Amino acid sequence: MNAEQILFILFGGVSLIGAIAVISFRHPIYSALSLIVTFFAQAGLFLLLGAHFVAAVQVIVYAGAIMVLFLFVIMLLNLGTLSAKGAMSGKLKGFAIVLGILLAVEGVYIATNVLNNTAIASAQPATETPTTTTYDIGELLFSKYLLPFEVTSLILLAALIGVIVLVKRGSEAEN
Amino acid sequence: MENLPLSVFILSSTAKIVIIVHMLLIGVMAMIWSERRVSGWMQDRLGPNRVGFQGILQPIADGLKFLFKEDLIPNHVDKPLYVLAPAMLLVPALVTVAVVPFGSSITILGYEIPLQIADINIGILYVLAITSLGVYGVVLGAWASNNKYSLLGGLRSSAQMISYELTLGLAIIGVLMLTSSLSLREIATAQGAYPWHWNFMIHFPAFLAFTTAMYAETNRLPFDLAEAEQELVAGYHTEYSSMKFAMFFMAEYMNMIVGSAVTVTLFLGGWHFFGLENMGGPVWSGIISFGIFFVKTAIFLFVFIWVRWTLPRFRYDQLMNFGWKFLLPVALTSIVVTGTLWIMTSSRLVVAIGNIVAAFIVASIVAGLLAMKTPKPAIQDSDSRLTPTALDAIE
Repeated sequence: MNAEQILFILFGGVSLIGAIAVISFRHPIYSALSLIVTFFAQAGLFLLLGAHFVAAVQVIVYAGAIMVLFLFVIMLLNLGTLSAKGAMSGKLKGFAIVLGILLAVEGVYIATNVLNNTAIASAQPATETPTTTTYDIGELLFSKYLLPFEVTSLILLAALIGVIVLVKRGSEAEN
Repeated sequence: MENLPLSVFILSSTAKIVIIVHMLLIGVMAMIWSERRVSGWMQDRLGPNRVGFQGILQPIADGLKFLFKEDLIPNHVDKPLYVLAPAMLLVPALVTVAVVPFGSSITILGYEIPLQIADINIGILYVLAITSLGVYGVVLGAWASNNKYSLLGGLRSSAQMISYELTLGLAIIGVLMLTSSLSLREIATAQGAYPWHWNFMIHFPAFLAFTTAMYAETNRLPFDLAEAEQELVAGYHTEYSSMKFAMFFMAEYMNMIVGSAVTVTLFLGGWHFFGLENMGGPVWSGIISFGIFFVKTAIFLFVFIWVRWTLPRFRYDQLMNFGWKFLLPVALTSIVVTGTLWIMTSSRLVVAIGNIVAAFIVASIVAGLLAMKTPKPAIQDSDSRLTPTALDAIE
């Protein structure tokens, strides 16, 4: 077992444990913190793939910005611990079971396919992980993926303007 | 670094880590001492001067006092997070220093060892990612304390950190565009030996915006609303005692030191100073370059203390207005101007002048718009909203 495999198991394991912890903690703050742990482990997995830029962005955007807002909202609303009964009503429970079974079937299907007869199972691990530099990503964004990139930025801009308009209307009504 | 044999690499890295971490910890003590002495000097008093020569052992006495104090955990706190929070603030402050290049390189036994713990190709992104995590220590410490003053401090601090992080990230993009690298070593190397080549000359408004945002990120005085003593007792660390309180304290000073080191690398030429760093042999040049970097960081840290006793604390709305309406537009302008002028002229002089002129224009426009809006009615509104209840109470 080489260092890369050990690190993969470490990051993958932490990521899984974090993900399970998100749904098993009763307190929303602890759930949010577990989610941050998961994001971190995923950044580690990106690093193993040689995608340094993606790993850094994962930490900056998800762990650094979005989860802070999550915590902020939880703290402001002062949400208490969820009780075991009130957490899930009967209807939701049935829905959850159906979805869970579907997901489990899908997972088993994919796992057997991958392990049996696909290119992934027979592929030899690359001798050296290809490193994607920020330069490469920038070049791709502004040549091959220019249109999707611009469309995404337009959508984000529209969302931004929408938020400002909504907030403005709220504060004017207050006055 | 790639050319080193594995054993040399491991040995040199371990040595660098041990030395740098200890320099950081001693630097914290030195900062605490110099802050108290410089504060005293600025207020025309002496400051602590009893323990050791000129009071230089005072931080050790403070540390011993903290260690021997009772480590109190109040009953009403959320215990796991309460214990975890100081560490979550201290660790990001410690690990950021890993990518800071603190000198050129030093040759020992024929091996050329770069004076930097890890030269990663996303250096500056790593710094931004790790500093953005520092906010968790503050927020969780505040929430876990289960105390309204702590919570208010934590909420203020997180809002402030999120707002100023944007400026922090945008202000360095101009630098990155002209260096075309994210590695801190390459940014430092690209600046050259002479002060008029350093980035703060080319990106002066961005340098000011970055420095201001860094003061806000470290919760230093013009922006220390998170622990405003007159309003919030001590803010997010009100409920902490003994070494846990000391850890919050250490993290603040460590953030200052690392922030200054990053600023020196990004804007103030790193270890360069009029070619002095190339003097002497392969060993001496490494030591001299480290000395230059050390002195620059120390001067920048002195400015931290200086600003503390020069500027009074901002009011909360002033803080938000300043961050979003002044610093952010200035940082954005610097990106646009740097990019456009560099493509058009490829002259650093034109970019430098253009940056200053554009920042001046943008700041004047914002100031004009703010003056036209006149914030006074808003304050009267909040008063009139309060008056009916007050009048009701009297009647």
